[in-house]
Amino acid sequence: MVTAMASLPHIDNPVKLAVKDVAISYGGRTVLESVTFDVHEHEIFGIIGPANSGKTSFLKTLNRMDIFNPSMTFTGQITFNDRDIRKWRNVYSLRKRIGVVFPLPVGLPLTVYENVALAPRLSGVTGKADLDIIVERCLERAALWDEVKDRLDSLGSLLSGGQQQRLTIARALSQEPELLMLDEFSIAVDPVTTMRIEDVLKKLKKEMTIVLVTNLVQQARRLADRMALFLDGEVVEVGITEDLFAGQVKDQRTKDYLDGRFG
Amino acid sequence: MSRADSTPHRDDRRNMDWFVDKAVQILVFVAGISAIVFIIGIFVFITKEGVGFIFKSHYALSESVFNLLEEKKMPDTQLDALTPLEGKAFKTSQDLILAVEGVIGVEETRPYKELLVARSLDQPFSLKTFFTSPKWAPTSELKPTYGALALMAGTASVTGLAMLIAIPFSLGAAIYIGEFATGRTRELLKILVELLAAIPSVVWGFIGLSIMNPLIIKVFNVPIGLNVLNAGLILGLMAAPIMTTIAEDALKAVPDRYREAAEAMGATRWQVIFKVVVPASKNGLVAAILLGVGRGFGETMAVLMATGHSINLPTSIFDSVRALTATIAAELGEAAVGSDHYQALFTLGIFLFLVTFLINMTADLVLRGIRKE
Ligand SMILES: Nc1ncnc2c1ncn2[C@@H]1O[C@H](COP(=O)(O)OP(=O)(O)O)[C@@H](O)[C@H]1O
Ligand SMILES: [Mg+2]
Repeated sequence: MVTAMASLPHIDNPVKLAVKDVAISYGGRTVLESVTFDVHEHEIFGIIGPANSGKTSFLKTLNRMDIFNPSMTFTGQITFNDRDIRKWRNVYSLRKRIGVVFPLPVGLPLTVYENVALAPRLSGVTGKADLDIIVERCLERAALWDEVKDRLDSLGSLLSGGQQQRLTIARALSQEPELLMLDEFSIAVDPVTTMRIEDVLKKLKKEMTIVLVTNLVQQARRLADRMALFLDGEVVEVGITEDLFAGQVKDQRTKDYLDGRFG
Repeated sequence: MSRADSTPHRDDRRNMDWFVDKAVQILVFVAGISAIVFIIGIFVFITKEGVGFIFKSHYALSESVFNLLEEKKMPDTQLDALTPLEGKAFKTSQDLILAVEGVIGVEETRPYKELLVARSLDQPFSLKTFFTSPKWAPTSELKPTYGALALMAGTASVTGLAMLIAIPFSLGAAIYIGEFATGRTRELLKILVELLAAIPSVVWGFIGLSIMNPLIIKVFNVPIGLNVLNAGLILGLMAAPIMTTIAEDALKAVPDRYREAAEAMGATRWQVIFKVVVPASKNGLVAAILLGVGRGFGETMAVLMATGHSINLPTSIFDSVRALTATIAAELGEAAVGSDHYQALFTLGIFLFLVTFLINMTADLVLRGIRKE
């Protein structure tokens, strides 16, 4: 097989996230090991894999949410902006640079406005005019502004599932993150909203780096520049999305998984 | 109707399960109804005794009657002779006149008879006095007075101080137990708090009498240690455990995904608690506080023992006071059934009942607010 490897515009960008030989365990039980790959600035890096393959656990280590679970430990090295995340002295400032979108939308029990204004407030923005601008801009970028601009003062948890998920994206954007992590964001979202969010992500890529965990192979194909396959507690494949779907795989299991011939 | 319709199908039988279900339904219904009947019964009993008193009237020589007699030129000697009768209650105007005749003579009474019949109707109880007079003197020989202001002030000052102490304590404890403590520490603390809540109030009263009393005298160098400060501290300590338990329940009702989402945004533990968890559980926290207030308001034994039980409009926390509940508890035994004094205590009871009802209803409405969201 002599097909040319697809080339990518981002591959020369600086490395945003370098993951080296990472293993994650809960109470001594290893659930994921030998994770090694780099994520470059302005790329969408997809992570696919079946349920329980460790995708969520991996995201949790990236923003050091492991701290709150005493049984959760990880080994290996993860650098963010060339800095070991373990050596980050103020873990809150690390988390502020990383926006997270959870599988089920978590509208905080606050108004729509306050949901988006919370992060800026925590960072010390107090002026109403400044907050207004941030809130409008973030809702705009999350393709939600038109639907909620007249109900900014109603509870965020009263929005529909799809709207709440865009609200959490707007909230993540309000942190001005350098890295956006999404964990199976479309699980509780209708297909139309899913497509709208996918369009949003394609635009956001110009401003930030995105790690997209998804259980939908086709979603990864549509969005990811490169991707990794987590399977049976390890990373079986890392490669350029186009190449992988074109059949250039190192591991036969990848081909089976992408073709839906698994299990 | 065909035969097939009127005879039940052979599978359509009432079996054991059906009868058990029916029996349980009836049992639950009876239990529910009797609860309602009891509450109505209690309410009727208290109202019969207490409200009757509010509208009760009798014949008496009040101050205004004396003024009228003076205007009618009753000689001073007669007026003086009548003074001991002032305020004394008579069932009918006839009885009153007989008593007056007994003091100053039948002939001497005649010119004033008409006036006495027309103007001596009086009420032993007045709402205005009840709410504005600090004088609670139900057993006064001359003129019984039913002013509850001092008692209300006593209850309010003790409850207020108790809440000043209990609110920060209980919310702090709830936040620590609910948000910070983990594993065994947490379980141990919860058990301890529940143990504290189970201490009988007479024991708290005893602590107030025998430990706090000498301590306050010594530390603050005051003559009496049974006062607002003592009762407030005791009541605060008494109310804090139940408030802690309810507040902790309210915090626990906030789903972890909210905390996780806020933490993922880079919020510190305190920011998560104050910006997300507390606002999300504020109804439950308010309910906890209101139930604490209700508890303080209705507490009897401990305040009876720790306040000093002397009628006073308190001006400092070192003044002895008397609480509404303690007054009822202390005086009901010695008041003759059906007497004005006896009925006046029930009027106090109605007042307590209304305020407690109001507090509980507010707490209930606030809690209802939680469930709606
Ligand atoms: N808090 C936890 N404690 C113990 N085990 C966990 C915890 N979270 C996840 N796991 C385990 O780790 C494995 C990977 O889970 P997860 O990271 O959620 O996978 P995915 O997101 O790919 O479905 C699973 O076997 C799961 O049971
Ligand atoms: Mg997951």
